[in-house]
Amino acid sequence: MTWTLGLAALAVLLALPAVLSGYAVTIFVLIFFYAFLAQAWNIVGGYAGQLSVGHAAFVGVGGYTAALLLDRGVTPWLGMFVGAALAAVLGGVIGYLGFRFGLRGFYLVLLTVAFAEVCRILASNIDAVGGAVGLYITFTGNPRQFQFQDQRAYYYLALALMLLGTGVVALIERRRFGIYLTAIREDEAACEALGVPTLKYKMLAMVVSAFLTGLGGTFYAFYLFSLQPSTVFGIPLSVEIIIRAIIGGAGTLLGPILGSFILTPLGEVSRAYFSQSGLHGAHLIVYGVLLITVVLFLPQGAYPYLRRLFGR
Amino acid sequence: MTVLLQVAGLSKRFGGVQAVKDLDFTVAEGEIVALIGPNGAGKTTAFALISGFLSSDAGRVTFAGRDLRGLAPHQVNALGLARTFQIMRPFPRLTVVRNVMIATLGRHADVAEAERRARAVLDELGLGAKADRPAGGLTLAERKRLELARALGTEPRLLLLDEVMSGLTDAETERIVELVWAINRRGIAILLIEHVMRAVMSLAQRIVVLNHGERIAEGRPESVANDPRVIEAYLGDEAVTRAPA
Repeated sequence: MTWTLGLAALAVLLALPAVLSGYAVTIFVLIFFYAFLAQAWNIVGGYAGQLSVGHAAFVGVGGYTAALLLDRGVTPWLGMFVGAALAAVLGGVIGYLGFRFGLRGFYLVLLTVAFAEVCRILASNIDAVGGAVGLYITFTGNPRQFQFQDQRAYYYLALALMLLGTGVVALIERRRFGIYLTAIREDEAACEALGVPTLKYKMLAMVVSAFLTGLGGTFYAFYLFSLQPSTVFGIPLSVEIIIRAIIGGAGTLLGPILGSFILTPLGEVSRAYFSQSGLHGAHLIVYGVLLITVVLFLPQGAYPYLRRLFGR
Repeated sequence: MTVLLQVAGLSKRFGGVQAVKDLDFTVAEGEIVALIGPNGAGKTTAFALISGFLSSDAGRVTFAGRDLRGLAPHQVNALGLARTFQIMRPFPRLTVVRNVMIATLGRHADVAEAERRARAVLDELGLGAKADRPAGGLTLAERKRLELARALGTEPRLLLLDEVMSGLTDAETERIVELVWAINRRGIAILLIEHVMRAVMSLAQRIVVLNHGERIAEGRPESVANDPRVIEAYLGDEAVTRAPA
């Protein structure tokens, strides 16, 4: 039943670009891409319950690395893994500092935000990486440089990322690692008493999450052809990632995907709508209202609610 | 009998309060020892020191010949020393069987095997029928048994039980006493903190009495029960708090 539904959905998503307009393809690229980032965050933020609001830093490190490596002749297909590895190292540093000293809740939020901000300020002030202007990637349309003439290539790439992220989370969920994370989220001291090395597993969750997010950074850079420190390391990007997971259902396999399917079109359409009428940024109000509604009425997110609604 | 747990000169101070002072005692392989004393005597602090949740100011704890100094709680557990909490800490949103799997996964990385063992422990403790319910919905007595099931799931050599009978009815207490006997018969040594004296008297082979963080008596249940220092520590307290003005 679940498999049939999943395969049917996949078939639809694979066939969809044939009938979609260019604008609709763009929206889907963003849906898949944000679903992937939210899924990556879900590992440490959802399953392990460790609230990171600095995930933009991993996007930035991944994107900058791949873009800078391309200048030195390294293909982004390789550069994306170097970037992801560096993001994972940064995740390890942040995770160690945060978890070693038992930071939780607001304090972990502050630490992760602080790291992302440090990255932003460093990138803005180092001319070798473009300074405040950032990096621009010259469009060549060469697939070896992670660039494509056809928008649909990005569609399938983003879809592949979303499936990759979801596959990784599905694997984690069934293994000891994932089961430990759900318990760490509930009570760390009880975990320790039962022999769970909580520091190790929280670190692992952060590193895997950062690695995947770093992969996403390369896609971000080569889809938009530019990297600005204020956008790519900024708090708003982190928030965009997190609210998709939270609204869809943090700590569930399909929550981040559902969250992105709800929020990304809403964000894009309302952004376009309000910009036309000169109300720039008003779409954030729509986000805010939605977030408050979900937190009040569906505190576990939309996905667990839908599951209950359909009785399974 | 060979010594399994040795506590020597253990001390811990919180600000102006000497919670545990120069505490010595041992638990032998397969033995049942009770740690008793009035409220605030330092029993739970002693447990936290032994299990690695607190670090001591002085003294040492040796388990199966290994010095536990500097070990994290999960490392102490991995050596075969499991504890329960006085205030039970189930993972409320996880199912009962998942709760126990957190324990069994430590020795059995294979999830299916860990689940099989968790269900076996639950059956043994009479919680098999509740295995797939969320732990948050259990009654107090069931939670106490879940706490026991989880500790047991880590396959310990020594089990530290912190008031697993408090707040239970006589019948439920009886049930736990039988379970503790059954666990002990499998060769697992037990150190228990308990206020239910009837249970302590029937279970413990040896009793260590604490008052104000210090050991004031130690011995067989009948001799400890008649020790004037113990009577004074208990009755003195009770007499002060219960005497009508």
